Amino acid sequence: MTVRERLRQNISAAFYRHGLLCASYPVPIVLFTSASILTCCYPLLKLPLPGTGPVVFTTGVRDYTIPYHEPQGEIGERPEWYRGPPVAYIQQVLVKAAVSPWDNTLVPVDVFRSPIGRVFSLLEEIRNHVYTDSSGVRSLESLCLQVTDLLPGLRRMQTILPEHGCLLVSPGNYWQNQRDLFDLDSDLLKTIHQHEPKGFHISTSLRDLLFGVMKEHTGVSLYSKKRVVTYTITIALSSYDPRFLGSLRARLKQLHPSLNCTLRDDHMVHVHFKEEIGIAELIPLVTTYIILFAYIYFSTRKIDMVKSKWGLALAAVVTVLSSLLMSVGLCTLFGLTPTLNGGEIFPYLVVVIGLENVLVLTKSVVSTPVDLEVKLRIAQGLSNESWSIMKNVATELGIILIGYFTLVPAIQEFCLFAVVGLVSDFFLQMFFFTTVLSIDIRRMERLWFLLADLNRQSPHTITLQAPAFRNLRLPKRLRVVYFLARTRLAQRIIMVGTVIWIGILVYTDPAGLRTYLAAQVSEQSPLGESGLPPHLGVAPVFPGGDPTSTLSVLPAPEPTIIPENHSNGHDSLGHITPVSPQISWGPEDEDGWKHLYLRQWPSLFSYYNITLAKRYISILPVIPVTLHLSPQEAIETRHPQDTRHQPPPIPRTPDQQNDLTLYKVAALGLAAGVLLVLLLFCLYRVLCPRNYGQNGVPHGRRRRGDLPCDEYGYSPPVSEISPLLLRGHSMDIECLASDGMLLASCCLAGQIRVWDAQTGDCLTIIPNNGLRRSSSSGGWEHRDGGADTGACLEGAECDGYPLRRRLTPSRPALFVDQPDLTPLIDTNFSELPPSQKPPKNGFDFGELVDRAYQEHEPSPSLAFTPSPTAPQPRRPSVGDQPVMSPDPCSPGPTDWDSSVWAMELRGNLIAAGRSSGKLELWDAVEGSLRCCNEDGVSGITALAFHNNRIVAARLNGSLDFFTVETNKPLGLLQYRGAPGRGSMPPSPCYRSEDVINCQLTRSVQCAHQKPITVLRAAAGRVVTGSQDHTVRVYRLEDSCCLFTLQGHSGGITSIYIDQTMVLASGGQDGAICLWDVLTGSRVSHVYGHRGDVTSLVCTTSCVISSGLDDLICIWDRSTGIKLYSIQQEVGCGASLGVISESLLVTGGQGCVSFWDLNFGDLLQTVYLGQNSEGQGVRQLLVLENAAIVCDFGSELSLVYVPSVLEKLD
Amino acid sequence: HTWNSSVSQVGPYIAVITNRTTNVVIRGTMLFSVGVFLALVLNLLQVQRNVTLFPPDVLSSVFSSAWWVPPCCGSASALIGLLYPCIDHCLGEPHKLKREWSSVMRCVAVFVGINHASAKVDFANNVQLSLTLAALSIGLWWTFDRSRSGFGLGVGIALLATLVTQLLVYNGVFQYTSPDFLYIRSWLPCIFFAGVITIGNIGRQLALYECKVVQEKIHQD
Repeated sequence: MTVRERLRQNISAAFYRHGLLCASYPVPIVLFTSASILTCCYPLLKLPLPGTGPVVFTTGVRDYTIPYHEPQGEIGERPEWYRGPPVAYIQQVLVKAAVSPWDNTLVPVDVFRSPIGRVFSLLEEIRNHVYTDSSGVRSLESLCLQVTDLLPGLRRMQTILPEHGCLLVSPGNYWQNQRDLFDLDSDLLKTIHQHEPKGFHISTSLRDLLFGVMKEHTGVSLYSKKRVVTYTITIALSSYDPRFLGSLRARLKQLHPSLNCTLRDDHMVHVHFKEEIGIAELIPLVTTYIILFAYIYFSTRKIDMVKSKWGLALAAVVTVLSSLLMSVGLCTLFGLTPTLNGGEIFPYLVVVIGLENVLVLTKSVVSTPVDLEVKLRIAQGLSNESWSIMKNVATELGIILIGYFTLVPAIQEFCLFAVVGLVSDFFLQMFFFTTVLSIDIRRMERLWFLLADLNRQSPHTITLQAPAFRNLRLPKRLRVVYFLARTRLAQRIIMVGTVIWIGILVYTDPAGLRTYLAAQVSEQSPLGESGLPPHLGVAPVFPGGDPTSTLSVLPAPEPTIIPENHSNGHDSLGHITPVSPQISWGPEDEDGWKHLYLRQWPSLFSYYNITLAKRYISILPVIPVTLHLSPQEAIETRHPQDTRHQPPPIPRTPDQQNDLTLYKVAALGLAAGVLLVLLLFCLYRVLCPRNYGQNGVPHGRRRRGDLPCDEYGYSPPVSEISPLLLRGHSMDIECLASDGMLLASCCLAGQIRVWDAQTGDCLTIIPNNGLRRSSSSGGWEHRDGGADTGACLEGAECDGYPLRRRLTPSRPALFVDQPDLTPLIDTNFSELPPSQKPPKNGFDFGELVDRAYQEHEPSPSLAFTPSPTAPQPRRPSVGDQPVMSPDPCSPGPTDWDSSVWAMELRGNLIAAGRSSGKLELWDAVEGSLRCCNEDGVSGITALAFHNNRIVAARLNGSLDFFTVETNKPLGLLQYRGAPGRGSMPPSPCYRSEDVINCQLTRSVQCAHQKPITVLRAAAGRVVTGSQDHTVRVYRLEDSCCLFTLQGHSGGITSIYIDQTMVLASGGQDGAICLWDVLTGSRVSHVYGHRGDVTSLVCTTSCVISSGLDDLICIWDRSTGIKLYSIQQEVGCGASLGVISESLLVTGGQGCVSFWDLNFGDLLQTVYLGQNSEGQGVRQLLVLENAAIVCDFGSELSLVYVPSVLEKLD
Repeated sequence: HTWNSSVSQVGPYIAVITNRTTNVVIRGTMLFSVGVFLALVLNLLQVQRNVTLFPPDVLSSVFSSAWWVPPCCGSASALIGLLYPCIDHCLGEPHKLKREWSSVMRCVAVFVGINHASAKVDFANNVQLSLTLAALSIGLWWTFDRSRSGFGLGVGIALLATLVTQLLVYNGVFQYTSPDFLYIRSWLPCIFFAGVITIGNIGRQLALYECKVVQEKIHQD
């Protein structure tokens, strides 16, 4: 034994023990793993949350020195990025200017024209400022940040932003820093506005950059309430010279003192910018994530054969994700801080770690024998795959270790994470996933135990299932629809779409809601105008050109804040007291940069191709400048066209405007929302199937759980196909016969109806002429036509239901085409007298019967007259009430007292065997009695009609062979019916003028010791099954008994024989025997059911049997091995039919179900009617046009095989 | 007769799939679009390395390279993706290793990862870059392909493509935005090799799907 072998064995054994452990204590192990995941992830709390927001660090101005490049050990508070010089020092001069006192003669433009005009002199002052000391002369030129060209894409900004010089921006840049241009500009607002970006824009606008304050705070507006203009002059400095800056500050303060300024000037703010994620970077990122999700999707799709597919898929993903988190957490714990962009490397990590092991594990475990204990299955599955799993892990670790030696730091870090992730993933796979798998398998096992309880005799009730194949079988279009319906995809897409839409709305903020809110908030700040009474807002405060016009306006109330003393005596202007602008400095000015810094600085620098990503800038304390301008100055600087900016006659106050915008926004938003909802609703209606989401609940009572479904809990959609109901019989249908073209049915009342099998039209009604005494139910009578009402009038049994109940137990059993062996039927025929019994209970209508009988008696004067009412085909007959047909021929020998026990239909002849032993031949089209044979006295229990021979089995065990003879030779008869795939030979068509004679050719008196229960004829053989446990095979031509087949230990209940001489029989002992008809030997003998075998069908490859135990078993025909079984609902019908080689149809409670024979899954269920409760389908015939006829209480149901299934064929 | 019956039986969709020519066209189109998409995205990755920040109109940078580059990549990938199953068929050694879509996705992800690494990770020198990328590409081949034909075709096409690119550069049709020329030269062959392997993988998977459908049809017949 090599080392490798030994190692392999050891690993396998270890995995086996581990599997046992996991499956034995699932809950503690899951708890333990969860706890360890949480513990390992705990260090992650310390990490900063990912985001691109800038980080701020504040230092004092006094002792400021440029930080060193190398990290200093002793300084613990400094952030990591605070190393080396900043990209730039930003010095801002914050200017607040107002025309004071405000004069009514001033126009709105005066609010900002002269204050902005003063920027040029300030700029002059700053540019020309020099500081001289011992070390030399310093000016702004030597200190400022020199910039070169703008980026090529920004040509349109060339005239505005500085190039090849100091980076110094101010509102003066709009006019190229030239006073003349400013003075010549007739419309300042237009100049400012023309550089605003069109449409929705999320980055900073040029206006924000040049003014340096938020748009709302500049006060450059015709409707400004405060009439204070705020702007900044921003200087970017490349080096820090405290003395120069100090002298500049002192100079400006001296020129323009700000008396009430409380701004602090001792703090310097350093702002660090993280890497910004642009769309360009986002696209590859999104691509990798899409690939990742595709990978996860394709991987988890392979999980099969488990209870909850989605649960396990989730567990697999959780395993991988938490192992990644654990790896990051562990690395952080041991001092390694992640420097890589987590979002970027995450998909690659997942792909490297992979879901493969998990899938291999699942596959291995589910492929272990199902009859093992769960523990052992898990252990075996683990140990089977242990070697490959270990090999896999070792290989991956090896590859990653190689990667570690590339000595590239980023790759090394990636590999480190991957190694730790792999190890923790292995740990989680072994503990977490295995345990979850064991729990899942156990749940599945429970299901199987339930099935096994019901089905002791067959140990393997495993239903073979291959969902992968299911996809291939349905047409593409339907698969898509089913997929949509199953996953509620449309709903989810709509939901996600709405959420994304809302998110985009909030983010891009097209209506300016956010800025509006911000403005609202800042206006409510204590230093704003919150002190003013609210109605002041609506008061017109803009004096018009005509001072008298304002007289009519309510006088503005006294401002609550007394103007400060730097104004003059114009306050005492009587009752017209315009609000004089006041300039106040508050903490909001100090933090003014905070509103903008997020995007302002990076975009400003990016114009010059300087990135701030991963770098920082230092913002120096602002220099406050207060400017008070006299009205005279304002008027002097006025442009001639300024005065035409008169306020509108009814001046809109900003509040009103804001309100209007808000209303507009709200109305538009509402309209858009309503439109979207309508649109989505339409989409929903178009996309989604009609009974979407209420799968299988159209009948109200029927819940989803009641539906037949496969073991995934997936029940296929209930078909929309409504079966064709053939109504007309007044009582339960007893016999059903078909030759492919016609369909004959006989109900308990003895009425025979012939239907067109294609269209479902009722062609002929052969009434049970007049009154009839049921042989067994005693005292119940039926008169055609008036029966229903009559019965009700009698008050005896208005309700059809109890009536039926009472009848069923004593119903004569039929063995016509499909054996009807539900336990309700009393199969002991010997107890039944062939003739009527006196009524035991109920009402005795004897007198009534006699009277009515008398009335009808005179009519049969002619022996064999055709029916007076020529029974033409009745087209709209579906649902017809039973029509009173005048008592026709009533030939003498016909006795109406016996009921039809067996019926066969060939060509246009209906052979009916009656309980009195009479054999009648009716014309199916014309409804006339063609022939009658009364040779036997014992009731006919079963009939076979083959070519021109009729075989009748009687209650006493004898078998009679009849020949149907006509006056014509058989060869001249017309044949009807295409030679289809069915076993039925083409039937001769007897014309109505032909005289038909039915001759008893041979009678086998003691064919069986006990009543014959089943009779089948095919391929020139007649096979009978009897209560005496034997099957006999006769030759049809000469009625010679070929074999007596013995092998069953119970009465024979079902026989199948077809043209290919395959003979199968099922008995009350639950056994199924396959025989060779040529030799009479038994091919195989299997026990399949607990209780009677109720029905048997064969296809070329398999045998399908159903039993009283509600199980349908599918057997391999050649080997006799059970392939699989289908557990049906309790009490559902035992009727079976094979439509094609691979399509099985079964009758259930009020429904028929279609099954795929190859895989045993349910394809479709068709409900027969609304009130299907308690009505089982007992007989089921498959017609040649792939339609199915089944009885449904008193109705017949014609179900055309759904088109989906037809295509499968 | 059989053809008509199969059409009527399985419906037009499968019939279209089983038609060989149509199938090749569909596969080619899919591969072409995959190639174009990958070219655009990976080009973006490379652009990022050289340009620090974008002017406001970012989307134009997606198409900043010559217009003919993505179509070329698309056609090349269509060609390669069709060639691989063909060669497998000719050599008579069908590709056996893990033929599943999840594996293909993994392969694509690793390919994008290699590109990402070459674009984002700062290497000390070009030799290191070349060696690392070569190791990664070989690893990719070993993990997802492991066929001799795949390796041979990959190396051949990579060399050819590098040669063509160099010729284009010498003739001035195309130029690198990269600061140094050697960088691109060390980077290009490995990327080409990995790309060929990836596209070959996708092509084989698509061909496999065709095989499945054809087999299915045979079964049905």
